[in-house]
Amino acid sequence: MTGETIDKQTVMNAVEKAVQRYGASRDELIPILNDVNRSLGYIPAEAIEEISKLLKVSRSQLFTVASFYHMLSTKPRGKHVIQFCESAPCHVAGGREVWVTLKDTLKLESGETSPDGLWTLITTSCLGVCGVGPVILVDDDIYGNVTPDQIAGILARYH
Amino acid sequence: MKAVRSMVLVSSDPQSMNQGAQLVFDRLQQELKAFGLESEISLSMVGDVGRHDAVPMVIVYPEAVIYGPVKPDDVHFLVEEHLYKGRLATSLQAPAKELTGRIAWLSARRGTLPAEQRVLLRRVGVIDPNSIEEYIVHDGYAALGKALTEMTPEQVIAEIEKSGLRGRGGAGFPTGTKWKFVSKAAGARKYVIMNADESEPGTFKDRLLLEGDPHSLIEALIIAGYAVGAQEAYIYVRGEYMLAQERLRTAIQQAHEMGFLGENIFGTNFSYDIHIHSGAGAYICGEETALIESIEGKRGEPRPRPPYPTTNGLWNKPTLVNNVETLANIPPILHNGAAWYRTLGTPSSPGTKVYTILGNVNATGLIEVPMGITLREVIAIYGKGMRNGATFKMAQTGGSSGSIIPASLQDTPMDFDSFNKAGVSLGSGALLICDDNNCVVDLAKVLLNFFREESCGKCNPCRIGNQRGFQILSNIAEGVAVLKDLDDLELLAENLYQLSNCGLGQTAGAPIKDVLKYFRAEVEAHIRLKVCPSGVCPMSGKKYHI
Repeated sequence: MTGETIDKQTVMNAVEKAVQRYGASRDELIPILNDVNRSLGYIPAEAIEEISKLLKVSRSQLFTVASFYHMLSTKPRGKHVIQFCESAPCHVAGGREVWVTLKDTLKLESGETSPDGLWTLITTSCLGVCGVGPVILVDDDIYGNVTPDQIAGILARYH
Repeated sequence: MKAVRSMVLVSSDPQSMNQGAQLVFDRLQQELKAFGLESEISLSMVGDVGRHDAVPMVIVYPEAVIYGPVKPDDVHFLVEEHLYKGRLATSLQAPAKELTGRIAWLSARRGTLPAEQRVLLRRVGVIDPNSIEEYIVHDGYAALGKALTEMTPEQVIAEIEKSGLRGRGGAGFPTGTKWKFVSKAAGARKYVIMNADESEPGTFKDRLLLEGDPHSLIEALIIAGYAVGAQEAYIYVRGEYMLAQERLRTAIQQAHEMGFLGENIFGTNFSYDIHIHSGAGAYICGEETALIESIEGKRGEPRPRPPYPTTNGLWNKPTLVNNVETLANIPPILHNGAAWYRTLGTPSSPGTKVYTILGNVNATGLIEVPMGITLREVIAIYGKGMRNGATFKMAQTGGSSGSIIPASLQDTPMDFDSFNKAGVSLGSGALLICDDNNCVVDLAKVLLNFFREESCGKCNPCRIGNQRGFQILSNIAEGVAVLKDLDDLELLAENLYQLSNCGLGQTAGAPIKDVLKYFRAEVEAHIRLKVCPSGVCPMSGKKYHI
């Protein structure tokens, strides 16, 4: 999803679908937020408002949960989210060079979104595929044994 | 299962799936049919085969020929040549490479490698994880049948206690004792939770079990529920493990269809159900009380302990929380008996341990060996030596919260007690092997960065301490630290250990302590000489500000 705002109806539909799938219960809050995040790319304020009404949980409570977990974002993200694993096994296997190349190629620092709304670059902790470090994750696609000279080729797949 | 002349296995770890393993599988199915071979050759998707350099891989047994990377368009040729005509399709064979994991085990049987002892992983990469029938053929659900129909819950717990099994999540707490606590806790409503929030850097053993043999964990969860008197179980899987979640969902549904879950299992009055709860990306949720908070739909912030989850857990009810690998031990123990289990490993740490070998060795991957093997053996035998003939400098065990182990400790047997005695910890079983091109300050910096990112922020020692520790280490790496900073670092490590609320903060100081204990000269060189002996640190002279 790009930086532009999503229309209200789309947000409402996503929330409704998620709440219907899991039930309007506090225990199901994280799965609900997960689903909304997946379908909209992030959790807009209108979604928090609506979930708050449906689950009868205060907005502050919802926000504190939504902002806690890495996989949930309360801010819009680029069309493609690139996650770079910065944990020790990838670091030792040559991750540092990959990270420098990623930043240079995209001209982004960690946490930034490109002005055209195409990319968001974030660092992440271990993704559990350490046998093939360094590892980057573009949206849901895992790339292992990444070398700096492969970066351009990987990114080209997502234009 | 019917007799077949060949078995064809397709790797289906996330990387393989991403590279089109499903298409390859579908094409294999079509081609086997086209050649009229479907009745004499079995075809399975088998999870992670222990090698990732040429995925997706297709392995043909009994010859154990490995093809890869296989593209859908290669399938026709492969089936025609190898399976129809009986010749090797040499052009498609995977590059020769020292093998690890599942394939290493296979070669071991042919006498080329010292054997691993696979108890937990024995079915991973061998059976189709989406088939309950294949699991049952390989002794699956036999332990459950035995427990439910021949044993009382007390007898099950007694057998686990007798086996000496200790928790594999990192702390090494005796599993039988924990089960007893929950079973004796007051209250009719109880829960079992499987902690599958594997997030310790360098650790992916649980993922392989979840993806490759999900039914063994479902079976263990049912046995655990029967033993402690629970009615429901939750599997808390980290959000990133989507394939694992899918496999578990299928396994639970199949277990329901077979009557292993639901009402009156095996005709007894025991009824039980299992739910899956996906995490959303938070290392701290691997801590059992934070995990419970997360299932309840809250921020994953650890609760003060005591009271422990064994009496006040999920929704304040007695709750058993066990790690994936711990639970995977349960069916083999009940099936073969505690006495058999005690023949594996060391007297104080019986059984096998799954390790992930990573870093600067020739062969990275996953092994399952008896407890008590040494680091030197792991590097030489399973890691196939250091990469480029470099010198072994240190190993980081057990993900971030383990220890940094110097070369001088590489002959210490890796079991809970020997490691405790040496003042280091085994942690989750990740072994990050570093050669002398790595700088210890740089490594510690990466670890502290991890903790400062992952600290939940609830208690001050952890939230501020890790930030401050990272700052000091950064200053050392930039060549602007003073010797007094090392005293501060030492005090900080102690404070983290003494004052933090949960295991995250308590272990965050461990790498600092190890670095100062074993590598002080190298750290001081950064300060006194303004030199990074390994040539890794930037030494830019810029001060780091938070």
